[in-house]
This record gives sequence, structure tokens and C-alpha cells, in this order.
Amino acid sequence: MTDDSIERSTIRVVVAKAGLDGHDRGVKIVARALRDAGVEVIYMGLHQTPEQIVQAAIQEDADAVGLSILSGAHMTLFPRVVELLRERGAEDVLVFGGGIIPREDVPKLKALGVAELFTPGASTGAIVEWLRSAMRASAS
Amino acid sequence: MPPDEVRQALTEGDGHVRQAHDAPHGQEPQDDPISAGADRWRARFDAARIREADFTTISGVEVEPVYGPDDGAVVPGFERIGWPGEYPFTRGLYPTGYRGKPWTIRQFAGFGNARQTNERYKLILAGGGTGLSVAFDMPTLMGRDSDDPRSLGEVGHCGVAIDSAADMDVLFDGIPLGDITTSMTISGPALPIFCMWVVAAERQGVNHANLDGTLQTDIFKEYIAQKEWLFPPEPHLRLIADLIEWCAAEIPRYKPLSVSGYHIREAGSTAAQELAFTLADGFAYVELGRSRGLDVDVFAPGLSFFFDAHVDFFEEIAKFRAARRIWARWMRDVYGAKTERAQWLRFHTQTAGVSLTAQQPDNNVVRTAIEALAAVLGGTNSLHTNALDEVLALPSERAARIAIRTQQVIADETGAANVADPLGGSWYVEALTDEMERQAEAIFERIREMGGDGTMLGGVLRGIENGWFTGEIAEAAFAYQQALEKGKKKIVGVNTAVERDDDELEILRISAEVEREQCRVLADRRAGRDDGRVRAALAALAEAAKSDDNLIPPMLEAVRAEATLGEICGTLRDLWGEWTEAPRF
Repeated sequence: MTDDSIERSTIRVVVAKAGLDGHDRGVKIVARALRDAGVEVIYMGLHQTPEQIVQAAIQEDADAVGLSILSGAHMTLFPRVVELLRERGAEDVLVFGGGIIPREDVPKLKALGVAELFTPGASTGAIVEWLRSAMRASAS
Repeated sequence: MPPDEVRQALTEGDGHVRQAHDAPHGQEPQDDPISAGADRWRARFDAARIREADFTTISGVEVEPVYGPDDGAVVPGFERIGWPGEYPFTRGLYPTGYRGKPWTIRQFAGFGNARQTNERYKLILAGGGTGLSVAFDMPTLMGRDSDDPRSLGEVGHCGVAIDSAADMDVLFDGIPLGDITTSMTISGPALPIFCMWVVAAERQGVNHANLDGTLQTDIFKEYIAQKEWLFPPEPHLRLIADLIEWCAAEIPRYKPLSVSGYHIREAGSTAAQELAFTLADGFAYVELGRSRGLDVDVFAPGLSFFFDAHVDFFEEIAKFRAARRIWARWMRDVYGAKTERAQWLRFHTQTAGVSLTAQQPDNNVVRTAIEALAAVLGGTNSLHTNALDEVLALPSERAARIAIRTQQVIADETGAANVADPLGGSWYVEALTDEMERQAEAIFERIREMGGDGTMLGGVLRGIENGWFTGEIAEAAFAYQQALEKGKKKIVGVNTAVERDDDELEILRISAEVEREQCRVLADRRAGRDDGRVRAALAALAEAAKSDDNLIPPMLEAVRAEATLGEICGTLRDLWGEWTEAPRF
């Protein structure tokens, strides 16, 4: 990391596998693409509980939390992370994610406070671009 | 732990592992090795049982059961190719190919609770499935009960929830476990789940000796790719050795270890990495068995394999052929397996979930059919074809039916099963088979060097601990993703032939009610059992775990007492601790 991380012009993202799911091909690719795009990535790894993820987001003063869930537990775990962030007064932390998420669940999760969801076939370029513009929007 | 004899075997003789293309020394059976081989094949074929079926082409042309070079032909390196049913088994394990027995249509299924999955199994069997394969949910794969706080939101979602033997009774209700082979895809808590299956069979009145099936149990693959483990490697290896030992004595037909490349490939490896990492894991298990003093000819037939069939048709066929040849050679020359059964690499194949697209999902039927055909031409022993909607959810009934029908079209209409190894001798396929083998051998060398003690077991353990395997896979996955994003590699509907994606699929939804119901049933079951018996059985299990005793008998006792999966695994977790992976990307 260069000096801009100190000035916090860099976007800082906590990335994690939530729940018991072990599918980590996608999350590692995304973490690496974000890092290559200059994002500061804190990768927590596998089998993280919502409590652990929120704790890390707060400790790391993260701008966003990126979650990967392919196990079908998305309707439980995404809302739980959003809720815990609110409880801890960190509702400004954007929650986004990806995985095997049926199309009809996407609007439901967005209504619950998830900023964006990426499903199979999404390119890393699109994810990086979305994150940058979401950060610009929240800064202004 | 590294057995000296392994190191010795590795460095014995001419100082290197014998390659198949090293000419057999001093063996000149006849002037014409091609016709001698053909005669041997013919004798074996004639002695074998052939199923009742028409093996002519759709136009009625008679075809031979296998094709090879003409008598008297000189084919350099033909000993690497050979004939089906004999060493090095490049062309298949059986002289009859699929004329004796077609591959087993084994559809992997499980969702919701045991009752729902039982209904799906009956549908699969009624629809032409010839074996069962159980998919477990995440809590079960991690050895946790449905009411464990860590299980929240996961119950019944990506497989069936099994908490105790009573669930196993329901899962196989009306399905005679003595008559059908059951494959169970679980590794971390493989032993307690196996015990629950054995107890369910006991309650059906089936003798242990009449049971047959496969258990995954491949913990190396968990550390390397699937990431559903419980303990650190050492206690897991002890459990595996206990299982192999118990099965060899009690259920001789059972395959207690399915060495799996599928998850390695799905995690993003190349074909050669899948091949090499999987076979290296297999060699490591062989070394483990030998370190327990087991006879390789006795326990090696209990090992089977599980590969991915990705969409690059010829590369996959080459991979399967190379796998058989490499395994046979190492088993014979490195580990001293004398019997053919101990040299055989038998494998199950699943088409590549990772090749399916959420975009224009109907196209997934085509991908799956091509992948399934590759598996068949590669000589798979059993096959799962993915449903077209598996990129979105667990298969709907309609999608599951199309998946089975895909195999039946290949088996009954295409003629692909008429001739053993029909692509054998193709310049391309043979060259690619050699290339797969060459790459795999280079990777084996690397792994063995990594261990520092000359063994594969040492190398595999080291590569797990230092993240080498996961790093290699992540690297390959990232490179492929980049090739896709640059348009160098193409996927229809994703980066070429893209359409506005309007096709909506009816998908299978798992209701949140499943989790609540499962937890309620579990609470009732806990309330209704003899708690004293459960506590005593778990205490006996813990005592046995501290000794060198085989853990299967005390675990069976705990399962008979209705101890839950979480209780059994928790007892062992308290003793052995948990494994966590250092997060790297």
C-alpha cells in the first residue's frame, strides 16, 4: 500500500465468506481484482459469522463489506450483517455481495439494505466499477 | 509416519519412477506384440459376461467391441495404450467396455429434510437411476446439528439435513439398502454419517457384509478445495485409517474413500492440476494405509476416484485415460500392488457445475450432454449429469429429469457404449493423454520435493499447511477469469452471443419452515431418547479417541443411542480442536 491509504483516499473493503459455505473460487477472484484496482482488501477467509464480519468492518473502519454466499443462506446472513451494522451505528458501511442468489431474492435483499448483488457471470470489471461509483455517491 | 519402504520404492532400481513408455525389459513374448495383445484381449472378452443388447450402429452395421492396430503393425509406444482390461488400463478397466455393464447413472441429490429427499430418491430410481448419491447440507458437512447457532439459515439448503440415525431411517425409507449402492458425499464427518447409514441398514435387517457403496472421506480435498473440514489433518487421518481398516474387515465390497478431483477443478484448477492433485492425494492415502501395516492389495480396491467433466471435450477424455494409466503404474511399480483390482482406478464423474451459466440457462443442457459424453468416452464407471438450473438453485424436478434423460440418450441412442475406448489411437487424443501425464508427473515431483522426506503424504501435508495447493488453484482460477474478461476464452451467453436475459426458470425453493421443523423434530428426539445411554456412549467414544482403538465400534454405539451428529463431532472437537485456514487470496 502507498501513502494514499493513510489519507484514506483508498477504498477499504472487508471481504468474507459468510456462514458454513466453503466455495471460495469467486470470492478470491473478486478480492484479487479489487486489490489490483487499488482497493484495500481485508480478506477474512472462510466460515465467518455475521458477528465476526461486523466486528472486523468496524475495527478496520471499512467503507464496505463484500460477502460471498453460495450455500443458500443469503436470505438469513445478508440481512443479519446489515442489521448488526445498524445496531453498532455503522449503517454507512455499504454491504454488497455475490453468489448463487435467485433473481427474485435480489430486490428483497436490496429492500433490506444490501447495496448491490452480483450473480454468476458478473465480471470483475463490473464489480470494481460499481464499487467506485457507489463510493463516489456516498461521499457526495 | 512416512513409511521407509515408500522412499525405498521411489528410489529403487533405475532410480526413478518407471514411466509407462520405458520398454518392459527382457520381455519378448512373441514376434508380434500387437497380435499377442489382441489375443489376450479376445480370450478375456470371450470369458466375460455380455449384457443383452444390440451393439450394431443405428444403420445395422456390426461393430467390434474394440479396435486396435492391425496384426503385425509396428506402433511405437503401443504399450502405453494397450487393450481394455489389461495394464496399464489406458483404454479401460474391462475387456468388455460398457458391453458387460453400462456406467451407473448416479444422480447426486439432497435437499430440505430427509422426507423430501427420500421422495426425490424414489423419483430418481423410478426414472432409471441405478444408484443413489446423497448431497448433505452445509451444517451436516461441517458436523453441526441443525439447531447449532452456526447453522442458522443453512439447514436443508444445499443438501439434506441429517442430525441423527433417525433421519437416516427416513432418508432410506422404502429403499432397500442391501440391494442398492449408496454414495455419500461427505468428508469431515464421514465416519459418524457412515455409522448412521450402517445403523439404518441394520434396522432394515441388512447384514453389514451385504452393504455396498461409496463414502467420500477425502479430507485432503477438503483442505485443498472444498473447505468443509472439522479437525486438523492428523486426527482426520486417524479416522480415515480406522474406517479403511474396519471396512476391509467388515464390509469388503464397500469403497470407504473416494479421492476427489471434482472440487479441486470446480475451485478453479486446470485439468492437469485436478488430475495430479487428486492422484497425489490418492498416493498419500495409500502411504497412510501402508503405514498402518495394511496390505495394499487388500485395501487399495476400496479406493475410488471422483473427477469433473469440464466442457473441453478432448482434454477431459485425455485426462480420464491418463488417470487410469498413471494410477496403475504407480500402484504396481511404486507401491507394489500385485492384483489388477489394486491397480484399477475406478471413478465417478460429475459434469462441471462451474461450466453452467445463469444466462440463457437452457444452453446448460447442451454443455452437460457434451461433458457427459466425454466422461463416457473416457470410460467413467458412474456418472452424475447436472441439471440445467444448478447454477441458480438445487435442481427442480423437471430439470432433474432432463439430466437423467441426457445420460439415457447417450447410453441408448448414440452408440457410444458399443465400443470400448473408441478414441484410442487417435493421434490427438493419445498426444493429449501423454501431455496430461507429463504435466501430472511434473506436479508429483514438485509435491514430493515439498515434503522433504520423499513421500507423497509428507508433500501433500506440507502443501496443505503452507497454502501451496490453494494458491496454485487460485492462480489458475484468476488466470481463466482474466482470459474470459479479455475475450480470449469464450462462454456463450456470458461474453459472446449475449442476449437480454429474459428466460425465467421455475426453481426449487427451500422454505425457511424446513429449518424450523428440523429443529423442532430434533428437540423432540433429544427429549425422547435415553440420555444416560447417550452420555455413556459419548464418554466411551472420547475414551477410545484417546487410545489407539478403532473408533467405528464406539461410534456405532453412540449412533444407535441416537446421539446426534453435532454431539459426536463435538465430543471429538473438544479433544482434537478445529482447523482454520489462513485467509489468503
